[in-house]
This record gives sequence, structure tokens and C-alpha cells, in this order.
Amino acid sequence: MLSYIIRRLFVAIPTLLVLIIISFMLMFAAPGGPFTSERALPQAVMDNINARYGLDQPYWKQMFDYVANIVLHFDFGPSFQYRDRTVNDVIAQGFPVTLTYGFWSFVVAILAGVSLGVAAAIRHNTWLDYLAVGVSIGAQVLPNFVMAPILLLVFTLWLGWLPGGGWNGGQWQYIVMPVIALSTSYMASIARITRSSMLEVLNSGFIRTARAKGLPTSRIIFQHALKPALLPVLSYLGPAFVAMITGSVVVDVYFSTGGIGQFFVNSAFNRDYSVIMGITILVGALTILFNLLVDIAYAWIDPKIRY
Amino acid sequence: MSLLEIENLSVTFQTGDGPVNAVNGVSLGIDKGETLAIVGESGSGKSQTAFAAMGLLAQNGKATGQVRYDGRNLLELPQKALNKIRSQEIAMIFQDPMTSLNPYMRISDQMAEVLMLHKGMSKRDAVSEAAKMLDAVRIPDAKARVTMYPHEFSGGMRQRIMIAMALLCKPRLLIADEPTTALDVTVQAQIMQLLGEIRYEFGTAIILITHDLGIVAGFCDRTLVMYGGQIMEEGATRDVFAAPSHPYTLGLLKAVPRLDRDDSELATIAGEPPDMSKLPKGCPFSQRCEFVLDKCPSVRPALETFGDDRRRACHVPVPEVTP
Repeated sequence: MLSYIIRRLFVAIPTLLVLIIISFMLMFAAPGGPFTSERALPQAVMDNINARYGLDQPYWKQMFDYVANIVLHFDFGPSFQYRDRTVNDVIAQGFPVTLTYGFWSFVVAILAGVSLGVAAAIRHNTWLDYLAVGVSIGAQVLPNFVMAPILLLVFTLWLGWLPGGGWNGGQWQYIVMPVIALSTSYMASIARITRSSMLEVLNSGFIRTARAKGLPTSRIIFQHALKPALLPVLSYLGPAFVAMITGSVVVDVYFSTGGIGQFFVNSAFNRDYSVIMGITILVGALTILFNLLVDIAYAWIDPKIRY
Repeated sequence: MSLLEIENLSVTFQTGDGPVNAVNGVSLGIDKGETLAIVGESGSGKSQTAFAAMGLLAQNGKATGQVRYDGRNLLELPQKALNKIRSQEIAMIFQDPMTSLNPYMRISDQMAEVLMLHKGMSKRDAVSEAAKMLDAVRIPDAKARVTMYPHEFSGGMRQRIMIAMALLCKPRLLIADEPTTALDVTVQAQIMQLLGEIRYEFGTAIILITHDLGIVAGFCDRTLVMYGGQIMEEGATRDVFAAPSHPYTLGLLKAVPRLDRDDSELATIAGEPPDMSKLPKGCPFSQRCEFVLDKCPSVRPALETFGDDRRRACHVPVPEVTP
């Protein structure tokens, strides 16, 4: 198992390199640059700026220097947009915020989604099942950019219970709405996956055996059926977690939370090359990490999987 | 006094294509320590009869009639009371040992939970009892292997484990639903031998559900033949085999391949098993029967007692049913 994990981490290195190379190429293939503006600057000034940020070098040299800086100094370079700040600073500021509400969204999505899915499967074809399916389909078709303003309208403007935005060091009042907005659609997907796989498991032979043994229903569900029913959910969770802690532009914009989602989008608009690269590598590394965690969890649940 | 008595049991499944009547008015009884074979081809309702008795029907299935055990009707028993009977009084083993053990749990946990639940044993005692039982069904090195997972055993071994698990609480009745169908012939023989030993050692009554007449002949006291969810005939195994009183039984016996005769072709019963959602009003076998009379498709023959404690449901007189 340990050797498997080490092997997987080694494979991650070339994967990340390929990611860096492709992102670099795409970035430079797009027309324009960080310092292009409507009023062209004098050539001398442009040359100066380009030299300052190393943009006068050939691409391969820029790429090489970039990678070398990361490997040798863990330095992702200066931001092109925010003067006096490095990419490390930007990520250090935004990522803890994103990680906090992303983590809670993840927890809420799993707990609510799995409970809803299990309840629907146990009460298959009853009002509870129809309600759960209805709720999860409703939640899934309601995009978070619609969800967020509705939440703001209800909880801030009408009821006045929660602050309309900001982060304030991550106090719970500021976390609630971002978490609801972000977790709802994932919760719905998890509920639907859980329900259908639970229904399948409940029809399998070993559940019939468990019933024939005279076990109470609760033990059959939680001891015998839940583990295998969660296997398909597990493979969904790896990518979902990465998406939750990175794909949060909408949350950052509506609730002014200041996570990396907003930085990512702004950097793309502004051609802030180093921030784009920094966040891309972060997302890539997290994706690799969580896929590894999912595979480890698989081995823990399914005894037939051994590495 | 019968151990288990089934009276006028019917099972109906609600499906997208309308109701399907899998079992139609089956009555049977089994005594203490007796072995009863329920024989019939696929879809004859033999497994569903057993599932209904144990309350194991699929969700869309509904059973009517009576299943009496210890003076109580199992069909009307609340879940909790039924759970006390399952495994403690009546245990069941299934056709496919590959899928009837939980692949995600250790054998020790799957077996121990039965004893912990029904006998209130501690985990430790339960596991050591489970290992003893595995030893009794001749799993080699049972003490060490009890903590393994199902996929680490072969098909025959898994069926032994299923049998061991079913016997943990020393039930008075064991229902074996096609216990050898998914196994190789040599393993089949070993499992049947094991079931035979269990009968003598524990005095367990066994209902053996099978389509393999070869197994029945050497094992069961009585044989019951089912077709289209109904009983065709019943009697002591040797009587039924020596002198079948029903055209369907006769057909089944003729269709057993034999090595001692130089037949170039295996005899079969012409036609297809009936569509259970569109059974004829009369005898379900009438469409395939070579002795068919005018009234057979429209009038359902009653199950009548005759001869030496035998029953049959056929309009054709007994002497006329001959090869």
C-alpha cells in the first residue's frame, strides 16, 4: 500500500509538468498580454516592463525559469496585476477562505446527500422517495448563480438573519450562505447516486441472505448495504471536492468572500500569467491528490481491491 | 403434526405488464427431520414458494394463504417476530454462493452477527463458535480462514460457508434453494453429502428445491412436483420415481440423460414453460401434455389423494399415464 502511494506520487510529477507545459502554451497562444492596453505604451517603456518580468525571453526559457523557480524556491513568481504581491501571497490569502467554505460544503453535501439517498431507497416508491427525488432534481437544476441571489434576498434582505457578504475571518454567519449555495447541487447529485446504487444493492443476493438471517432492517442497511452502495458515490467525490474548493467564482462574487475563485477569473481576464499558472497548478495538484485519496478509500471499502 | 405447513399459498407480483401469478394455491407440509424435494423447471414457482414462506419476496410480490409454524401464520407475523424465527428456527441457503455472501464483510463478522443477535453471544465467543461450525462443514484450517473475505474462497467452499452460517443456531428446518446448481458436478456431490450428514447429525428437516432429479432420488424422503405455480403430484420419492402418476413427472423422468441406455437422442418435453401472466384456466401443463383431454385446458384438476399417501392433480386416470 505504502509503495503504491509513493509510486502514485512519483507519477504525479510528470503529470504536473505536462499540465504546466500545456497551460503555458495555451496562455501564450491567446492574443494580447498583461500589459496590452487600448493606448499603446511607448516601445521603450514596453521593453522595460517586458525585461522586468522576463517576457523578452523566448517562451521555452520563460517556461524553464518558471519551473526551476518552483522546484528550487517554491516561488510561483510575482503577480503581473497586483504590484508588490507574489502569486504565493495571492494564494496564501485566498486559498484558506476557499478551503474553509469548500470543506464545509463538502461535509454538508455528503451528509445531506447520503441521508436523502438512503432514505429514498429504503422507502422506494413512497411519498418520501418521490419527495427526495423531487428535491434533488430541483436542487440540481437550480444553478448556484440563481441560488445565491435568492439566499441573499431571503436571509439578508427579508429576514435580516445573515450578513450579505464578506468573510470577517470566517465567522459562521459569513460561511452559512456560501456553503448552502455551493453544496446544494453536489448534495443533489450525491443523493441521486446513493439512491440508485442503494436500490441496486438492496436487490442483491447477500441482502436477501441478511434478511433470511433475521437481522433487523437498520443493521441490514448500515452494516451490509451502505458500504457497497457508497462505492459509486466515492468515485464522484474526488472530482467533486476539487470542484467545490476551486469552482467557487460565483460564491466569491456574490458573497465577496475573497477566495481564489475570484482571483482565478480576474487573472484570466487580465492576462495575469503567473496567477493563472499558480492556481492552475494548485487545482491540478489537488485533483491528483484527491484521486489518490479516492483510490485509497476504495481499497479500504472493497476487500477485493489491493494495491 | 407437521413442522411447517403451507396452505393454499399464492404469490402475485405486480409488474409493468400486469400481475404475474408465480404461485397458485400451493399446499404442503413437512415433518420433523423429514426431507422434502420440490422439483420443477425454471419459473415453476418452487423458489417463490420458499421465499414467500420466509417473507423474502421482492417488494412487488404479495403472498396470500397460510404458512403455519408452531401454530403461527408466518405471513401475518410482524417483522420482529418473524426475525426471531428466521435463522433460529428456519434457515435458508441460496442458489448462487458467489452472490449470497456479502463480499465486503469478513466471514467471521457475517457469521458472528447471527449468534450475537439470536443467542446474545459476545463477539469473541461467536467467532470461535463460527470457526467450529466451519470446521464441521469441513473448511480446512477453519480457525485461520474464518477472518477471510468471501472472494478468497472457491464456489464450493462458499456454499459450505453458507451452510455453516445457516446451521449456527441449529434450526429445525433448512430450506435449500438449488444449493448445487451453480457448482461443478464433483462439488455438487460433496455438498449433497454434507447436507445428508447434517440431516443425521442435527436432525434438521430439509426442503430441497431443485430441478435436478438425480439429486432428489438419492436424498429425499418425499418429492413434490410443481409446474406453473401449482402442485402436479406428490408422494414418497421412490413411488414417484418408480410409477409417476402425472404426465409432467413422466416427461421429466424421461428427460433425465442416462448412460446405461444407448439412446441417440435425449427425450424432451415439447413446447415452452407457460407465461405466468397468462395461465390457462385449466391445467397449466395442458398445452404441452401428450395425454391431454378435451376438458384439460378449461377445467383445473383438483389435487386428489390416492394410493399410498400420494397426491396428484390430473384428469387422466392413473393407469393411462405410462410411457
